Amino acid sequence: MNTKQTKKKSAATAVKHRAKNPAATAVKEKRQIAARLIPIYIMGKRYEVPEGLTIMKAMEYAGYILIRGCGCRGGTCGACGTVYRKPGDYKLQVALACQKTVEPDMYIAQIPFFPANRALYDFAVLTAAPEEVFKLYPEMFRCVACNSCTKACPQGIEVMDAISALKQGNISEAAQLSFDCIQCGLCTSRCFGELAQYHMLQLARRIYGAKIVPRAEHLAEMVKAVNEGRYDRFLDELKQAKEDELKKLYQEREVEPMAAGEDWKPKDTRYL
Amino acid sequence: MGLAYYPGCTLKTRARNLEEPAVASMEALGLKLDEVPRWNCCGAVYSLADDDLIHQVAPVRNLIRAKEQGKDELVTLCAFCFNTLKRANLLMKEDAEKRNTINSFMNEEVDYSGEVKVVHLLEVLRDEIGWEALSQKVKLPLRELKAAPYYGCTLLRPREVAIDSVENPTILREFLKALGASPVDFPESARCCGSYQVISSPGDISEYARPILNSALSHGAEALVLTCPLCDYNLGRGQKELAKKQSEFREMPLFYFTQLLALALGLGPQACHFELNHGNPESLLREKNLLSQGESVQPIGGQR
Repeated sequence: MNTKQTKKKSAATAVKHRAKNPAATAVKEKRQIAARLIPIYIMGKRYEVPEGLTIMKAMEYAGYILIRGCGCRGGTCGACGTVYRKPGDYKLQVALACQKTVEPDMYIAQIPFFPANRALYDFAVLTAAPEEVFKLYPEMFRCVACNSCTKACPQGIEVMDAISALKQGNISEAAQLSFDCIQCGLCTSRCFGELAQYHMLQLARRIYGAKIVPRAEHLAEMVKAVNEGRYDRFLDELKQAKEDELKKLYQEREVEPMAAGEDWKPKDTRYL
Repeated sequence: MGLAYYPGCTLKTRARNLEEPAVASMEALGLKLDEVPRWNCCGAVYSLADDDLIHQVAPVRNLIRAKEQGKDELVTLCAFCFNTLKRANLLMKEDAEKRNTINSFMNEEVDYSGEVKVVHLLEVLRDEIGWEALSQKVKLPLRELKAAPYYGCTLLRPREVAIDSVENPTILREFLKALGASPVDFPESARCCGSYQVISSPGDISEYARPILNSALSHGAEALVLTCPLCDYNLGRGQKELAKKQSEFREMPLFYFTQLLALALGLGPQACHFELNHGNPESLLREKNLLSQGESVQPIGGQR
């Protein structure tokens, strides 16, 4: 019963709000069946937005047109780092605007870009010696282990542990701990020691991937076989095929099952 | 039985010749060093500013890691880490107001109030193993090696964290005697190596080293025995510069105490990483018959 009343009230508020907000008038008709509206504050200004929207959608609902601070909308590009606070909570919260749904009375500000120095290096001549990373990012040693970076990470990475590993010369550990990093830069925005954690750890992952992990021997063999033309014949067959034939081949193709074991092989082994 | 062990950043890079022989030796002595998980920098230097609590967070976090392991003792190797951790521990034990501030700042960790005892490996050797028992484990006595114990500052000062008598320390002398070496006392054995001052005035590095090295040499030392990577850096670089300035100045090998321990326990030069040492130790080790015919101070397969 209460809910009904609230809904009615919210709908009324929504109409009032819409009048003030020309950018939102286009969706007037749909609004009649919209979810309950909740108040949020974007850069200090109050807006009422439908419950259930992500912060990013809510900002657009409020009339913002995002040309920066918005990328994949799927939580993987790191463009929409956002900070917010809730009344009564002294702690700053972090989120990706495209992932976090709005909550009543959130005070929101986006930090789509945070200035941080990225070292210049010629990756081809870098080795996996930790001293080279120390030279590129000497500010690493300003870390006081306050752990603010970890608390600011929307990906839940133990950022401070990764930086500690790097300081200890353990590039592999730093790379593995920071594997989920999306380079949003929120760690750096909170750093007491002025470290650019996300750039440092990206370098660690690059070195790990290119210079520490053993090369896959079978890959080199396969590349050699491709270059030697072992598969040219099959490609030529496809090139010469008629459209209907191609469609048929595509539709009848054999797909590797989701949980296929390492020894899985297709029924037709001509192309292996 | 394992001891909770805190290595420190430098021991994983430049000072592997301090850590690796210690780990090997303690395993041989039946007291394995178990690295505490998720440790971070010790704080590098203890902050003396009364209200500078943020610089106490790093050492306290490490002490919490030991507490989380259910350990009541944390063993350190690097004299500087020892000093920073032990003083931060003292602060947490004795100053309730600062303890509360630090604990509430670190709200993601369990509360800490100085429960873990910070000890240096030399104390473990003295108090938990004993010099007599240690000497019985020696397989290659360091006979005729005239080694001068150099304490530097951080194992002895300030008094409340000292592992031995501040004015007249003997712990390294006793250690060397247990290994069969001939310790050489010299009056500058606890004089400061220059510490971090050499960063702000790098030109002075040899002037800090000069009185220490001259004093040890004039008392007949053939090598200096250290516990701290910063002393090693300053004295090592300092003596190189002195040798450039004065043609008659003779560089001497600088050893970490853990290298001599591993060598005396018969773990071989490969456990010691002598290739990272200042002052070319090979000729002295050969002269004292501490390297056998086929042995070299060079690592197998080169450096990592």
